[in-house]
Amino acid sequence: MSGPKISVRGLRKSFGRKVVLDGIDIDVGRQESLVIIGGSGTGKSVLIKCIIGLIQPDAGSIKLDGQEVADLGRGDREKTMQKFGMLFQGGALFDSLPVWENVAFGLIQGRGMDRAAAKEIAIRKLAQVGLGAEVGELSPSELSGGMQKRVALARAIAAEPEIVIFDEPTTGLDPIMSDVINELIVKCVKELGITAISITHDMASARKISDRIAMIYKGKIIWTGATAEIDRSGNEYVDQFIHGRATGPIQMEVRAL
Amino acid sequence: MLDFLASVGSVFFAFLTSTGRLAIFAGTALSHCFRPPFYPRLILRQIIDIGYYSLPVVGLTAIFTGMVLALQTYTGFSRFAAESAVSTVVVLSVTRELGPVIAGLMVAGRIGAAIAAELGTMKVTDQIDALSTLSTNPFKYLIVPRLIAGLVTLPVLVLVADIIGVFGGFIVGTYKLGFNPGMYLSRTVDYLQANDVISGLVKAGAFGFVVALMGCYHGYHSKGGAQGVGAATTHAVVSASIMILLCNYLLTALLFANR
Ligand SMILES: Nc1ncnc2c1ncn2[C@@H]1O[C@H](COP(=O)(O)OP(=O)(O)O)[C@@H](O)[C@H]1O
Ligand SMILES: [Mg+2]
Repeated sequence: MSGPKISVRGLRKSFGRKVVLDGIDIDVGRQESLVIIGGSGTGKSVLIKCIIGLIQPDAGSIKLDGQEVADLGRGDREKTMQKFGMLFQGGALFDSLPVWENVAFGLIQGRGMDRAAAKEIAIRKLAQVGLGAEVGELSPSELSGGMQKRVALARAIAAEPEIVIFDEPTTGLDPIMSDVINELIVKCVKELGITAISITHDMASARKISDRIAMIYKGKIIWTGATAEIDRSGNEYVDQFIHGRATGPIQMEVRAL
Repeated sequence: MLDFLASVGSVFFAFLTSTGRLAIFAGTALSHCFRPPFYPRLILRQIIDIGYYSLPVVGLTAIFTGMVLALQTYTGFSRFAAESAVSTVVVLSVTRELGPVIAGLMVAGRIGAAIAAELGTMKVTDQIDALSTLSTNPFKYLIVPRLIAGLVTLPVLVLVADIIGVFGGFIVGTYKLGFNPGMYLSRTVDYLQANDVISGLVKAGAFGFVVALMGCYHGYHSKGGAQGVGAATTHAVVSASIMILLCNYLLTALLFANR
């Protein structure tokens, strides 16, 4: 089948009077790794939650493999959600369950696999992200931030989804651990042949894991292009962002005290 | 004056909105109670959490309630030489009224708060969204087991509370007030009707459901980090307590008065 894997058109979402997404248009190709960059609070998480189906958008179209999903009912939307795996910004590991059961959760609860078989897979997935079987018996709260991110990554890919979404996978990690995570993401995307959407404001990470980059600002996609072109985008917003300058067209909303 | 009317209006409107939202939430939760998948293991764990671990608290409050009830009734009834009615008053008050209400309120504080805090934390750390992405419906996985556990566990707890409460009255009646133990017990049983106990247990089921519902509702809708979870916990306990007292009156007035 041809055409993009995901196609978003005119996506809008407001919370009360606050407009967060103001007409987003974006396509993600098959087996492509797209990175969305943008400042904090610009609606990156809201955008991907709309795409997955965790948030109902106010208007606009979202097509998955050419099929419209934005207006699906709750039940059908849950089915399309199975195509996705997601690494949440804070990890979102279930702290009432041991690590291996976190990783195996989608297999046991979602697919009805028996626990022993699911545990084997979970331990294999943990090994893929560089964690030993003994980590599987720990509780998530006993892990360091980097290990939690790796477990969350293992959980996101455990059910072998077609699309994986990474929400700020490296935020809050030291540079070396960030690079470990970046490598894991690249490896997963290449080995599993998945389509990936990542969110980050870590430019080193963005350059490493992406085929294409899109920048979101004030509820719209203001630039998209191949990763290699980001340094000659000719867009002052993008330039300001990737160089991390305080002055420029993007005005941080710093409240005068 | 207009300002005043406007604020009264907006409070009233906010009340209607939140009542509607709660009704929709309850309806959604109920509809999920009857559609698979079911999670019997989770229901069992909630029953143990809600029921077994609440036994000490409920038992203690019940025994003291029964004891003080015997004392107070004796004080009042001895003024017109009706001391012999003490044991009947104790058993009727406990089974019809105080057992369910006191157990309900204690459980609201213990369980309503715990449910709201747990679900609230899961909400603000995206764990509830994570459930959805792992092909698991949060209503079925988190909320239905708690509602069912609340509904079936409180009647059992209340039955235990009834027995302990009556026993508390018996202790005070025989040791302190000098009733003959056999007489006390036979008077306890003689005037007791099945309906007295059943009405209390029906109420208990309703209260258990209300406590779990308010805990789930406020937890599920909490936002804004630790502070939001704290607020959800408070709201869960306060609203569950008020709803219990309200339901108590309504159920008594509609179903059980004069019966
Ligand atoms: N459920 C919600 N209710 C109300 N406001 C929300 C909700 N989710 C996000 N927002 C608001 O939307 C804006 C964008 O949030 P988010 O997408 O998390 O930003 P980021 O780009 O940092 O991921 C924020 O201002 C946030 O307050
Ligand atoms: Mg975010």
